Order: sequence, then structure tokens, then C-alpha cells
Amino acid sequence: MNPITGRRVGSRALLAIYALLVVVPIAVVAFGSFKTQGQIITNPIGPPRAPNLIGYREVLSQHILRALRNSIVVVAFSVTLTLAFASFTAYAVTRLGGWRSNILFGFFTVGMAVPAQVNGIQQYALFKQLRLTNSLPGLVLVNMAVTLPVAVFILTGFMKTLPRELFEAAVVDGASPWRLYRRIVVPLSAPSMAAVAIFLLVMHWNDLYYPLLFITDESKWTLPRTLASLRGEFLTDYPALFAGVMIASAPMVGAYVFLQRWFVAGLTSGAVKG
Amino acid sequence: MAATRTDTGRARMRRLHRLTDRRPLYLFALPAVAVYGTFFVLPTLQALYYSLFNWEGPGTSPAYVGLENFKTKLTDDTTFHNSVWVSLKFMLIVVIFQTLIGLGYSLLLVRNDRPTIFLRALYFLPTILSSAAVGFIWNFVYDPTGGLITTILQKLHVHYRPALLGSPKTALIFLAVVQIWFHAGQMMVVFVAGLQQIPKDYVEAAAIDGATRWQSFRKITWPLLGPATGIVVAYTTLQSFRVFDLVLVMTEGGPLNSTRVLGFHIYRTAFEAFSYGEAAAESVLFMALIAGVTFLLRRVLRLTKADVTGASA
Repeated sequence: MNPITGRRVGSRALLAIYALLVVVPIAVVAFGSFKTQGQIITNPIGPPRAPNLIGYREVLSQHILRALRNSIVVVAFSVTLTLAFASFTAYAVTRLGGWRSNILFGFFTVGMAVPAQVNGIQQYALFKQLRLTNSLPGLVLVNMAVTLPVAVFILTGFMKTLPRELFEAAVVDGASPWRLYRRIVVPLSAPSMAAVAIFLLVMHWNDLYYPLLFITDESKWTLPRTLASLRGEFLTDYPALFAGVMIASAPMVGAYVFLQRWFVAGLTSGAVKG
Repeated sequence: MAATRTDTGRARMRRLHRLTDRRPLYLFALPAVAVYGTFFVLPTLQALYYSLFNWEGPGTSPAYVGLENFKTKLTDDTTFHNSVWVSLKFMLIVVIFQTLIGLGYSLLLVRNDRPTIFLRALYFLPTILSSAAVGFIWNFVYDPTGGLITTILQKLHVHYRPALLGSPKTALIFLAVVQIWFHAGQMMVVFVAGLQQIPKDYVEAAAIDGATRWQSFRKITWPLLGPATGIVVAYTTLQSFRVFDLVLVMTEGGPLNSTRVLGFHIYRTAFEAFSYGEAAAESVLFMALIAGVTFLLRRVLRLTKADVTGASA
């Protein structure tokens, strides 16, 4: 074997190993969700020999559909409102100019350095005072407060690249700031807004921390919160746990299959700029 | 000629700025400022304030104790000290291995042919899962009775049941493995983007001059990859400091507090011991620790940037 073929075989082997590391744990859990507890013990890894829905039935009795609905409501409002407010702000930062821009921008970006556990306790105390705990609107508010900094950061970075002449021309023509925002800024920044929307979607859909802190009423639990509670309910009942994992992950994985490029762009814009 | 044009351009902008009424623009910023100011900035300032109080949570009255909370945390509180070390160890393990794996694999994933694009997407997949889901998946992988690893070892006739999460010596390492599995694919993508920006001619020219692959990596790729490496290291550091959900779902800080990272410790102080004042002091120290580590990183990363400009000059 000459060294070049050897190298190619070596790199293929490495790629295959990592692919297995990703696929096998996920596949085992997907298979397991269609097995009974007994089948998981006798056949922990392979595909189910007699697939059944016992795990799903059990997890449905834990009101996972209600959690799914709560998650959809909270995420829909959180993503839409955060995106709208952040793009308004990014527009103001871009247009104000000078020190006013810097102060507004700095006010938001400083929040990116504060981890959730630092102010979570005080947020809880504040929300309790305002009677916003155990409420889905409360959850939307805290989601917005937490993700606005990074959303403003990413969107401002993009809007600064829009050609100034467009704004000038529109102002000279007498366009109001709202018209300018609606007719020029929104259409032109659509790609970056889409990336931010996906970033927010994944963040909010998967968030466990705030539902854990703010929601004790089970009827208001979101999917990750319900999933976390299954650990107590079914410590060793793997089929139900696995079914829960499948239901919570399927919507994101499904969207990922079709919108893969947007997911990668959105989540790495969070990494690169956050 | 060009100078005059920019000058008039600037003058025109200035005139336009005077023409533009700023008040509507403030209105644009208002909703976000209100929400973020009230529900994020205010609680952060309150954390600073209440760290000076002995306070048992909403409904009780706080008693001013000065710097007492900080004194206790810094001198006597061994659980807090343990958590600082656990967080730092976790951060170091994850940063080192996630960066190395991300970099190593990105070198194999640079091309844009179909199989490579598919693999990049596959490796990225865990990133979009929730930490609760990832925690449960790995709980089963690690389960000593009939979990994935145990079963595979049995099939290979290896009669050895590693303790993994069960032993205080190894639990943090295996928790770090999960964190890396979760996010390494994301870092590969950042490195691939960095690699694709390096002009191919550089590497080709080096090869013609007889450079080995290692030499051209060491002298060309690595220095030019500086910015991407900086992003990966900085992001991974913050991300691993913030770990919370995985700990909650997988170990609850155990065994023997060996995985009790700072974020989880603060959560326990507040919501299980109901020592809000102490939790606030711990939060302030946590923030200071993050600021300190970020400062050190900046200094190190600036060195990398100097390398880059040195290499491109």
C-alpha cells in the first residue's frame, strides 16, 4: 500500500468512527422507544424484533401532548417577538450614529457575558412579585430578555453592511423611519433574520432552565421540563423515557433535515458572534 | 478626486443626520430596551445588591450583612471551593478536547463534495437536540446494568464494568465526553469555514517547494486559522462554564459533588438551601471568575492574532 492510499483509508476510518459515535446512541434510543422494558434488557442495541408503542402510550399518559402544545405556543411567541424587537433595535443602532449607537449597542452586548445562573434567582424573585411565575407569557418574557442581546448583536452586524446610499436616498425622498424599515431593511436583511430565527428556535425549544425555575404547575410545563420529570417518574422505564426523547426531538430533527443549511448558518452565527 | 467625493459624501451624511429626526428611532429601540432592561439588567444589578444581604427569598425580609457572604464563600465554604475547581476542570477538559477534535476532523471535512457535506451535517446533528434529550441518551449509553457500553463490552467478552458516572474519579470526565459529543460538530463547522478561507495557492506553493504535510500545516494552515481557533476556544470556554442541564439530568452534581459545577451549585444554594443572599454572592464571584478567564483568553488570543499578521506579512 502506498502512503497516499494508506492516508485515505486512515481518514475514511476516522470519519466512519465519528459517524458511528453520532448515529449509534441516537439509533439505539430510537429503536428502544419501540421496545418493551423486557425487550430492552434482552436486546439493548439492535432494531426492535416486535415493534410496539407501549413506551409512547405511557408517555402520552404523562400529558406529553399538552407539553408539546405549551412548547409550540411559548416558542412561537418567543421567537417572533424577540426577532421583531431585536431587528427594531438593530435598525435604531444602525441609523442613530455616533455615541448614541455605541451606548445602545453596548447596553445589549454586555448582557452576552452574563451566564443564566447569575441573574436567574433575582429573575425568579422579580417574576414571583409580578405574579409571572407559572405563566406561559412570563416564560415568553424571560426568553426574550435572555436572547435579545445575541439577536441584537447578530442583526446589527448584518445591518451595518447595508449600503448607506439606500438609506440616504429614501430619507431624501421623504420616507418615514417606519417605511424605511419595512420597505428596505426587512427585505434586505431577510437572510440574517432567518438565521437568527433558527438560532432562537433551537435555543427556546430546548430550554430547560427557565421552565424549571418559573413553572411548578404541571399543566404549564414545556417539553424539556416534562422530559426532565420523566427521570423521576421512570428512572428505569427506558421505553417511556426514549419515547419522550423522540417526541421532544422529532420536530427539530425533522426541520433540520429540510432546512439543514439554515440551521448550520443560524447556530454558527450564534457561535461566531455570540 | 476620490478624496473630494468622500468629503462631499460625508458632508451630505452630516446634513442628512441633522435632517433626520432621531425621536422615532428611539421608539424603535424602546420595546427591546424595556423588556431586556426590566427582566435582565435589573435582576443582574439586584444580584450585586443582594449579595450584601442575608436573605431567605421572596416573602422574607433581607438583613444587611456587608461583605460577610463573600468572606464566608472565599474562606470557609469548601463546597463552593470544590465547585470552582469542578467548573475549571470541566472547562479545561472540554476546551482542550473539543478544540482538538473540531480541528482534527475539520481537516478531513474541508472539501465540498456530496459525501463530505453529508458528513458535516451528520456530525452537526447533536447540536440541535435538547440537553435533556442528550442527557437521557447518554444515561443509557453509560448505564452499568445493560447500557450500551456494558453490552458492547459483554459482546466482546470483556468482563469489566467501568464505573463511568458512578465513580467520583471519572464522573466529570464522562460528563465532559457528553458535552463534547453535543457540540464538537458545531466547532468543526467553524473550523471548516476558517479553512475554506485559506487560499489554496499557499499550500500548493509550499508543496511544490517540498514542504511535508506537517510543515505546511504548522507554517501555513495553523497560523492562518488563528481567528477560527480564537472563536472556538472563546465560545467553548463560555459554553462549558454555563453547563447546567446536563448535570441536572445526568448526575445532579454527584457522586460526592464531583460534578457539582458552579451553575448547579448556585441553583442548589438558592432553590434548595433557600440562601438567596449567599447565592447572589456566589453569582457575583462566578461573574468575576468568568471575567477573569475571558481576560486571560483575550491576552492569549491576541498572541495568536499577532502570529496571523506575522504569517501573512
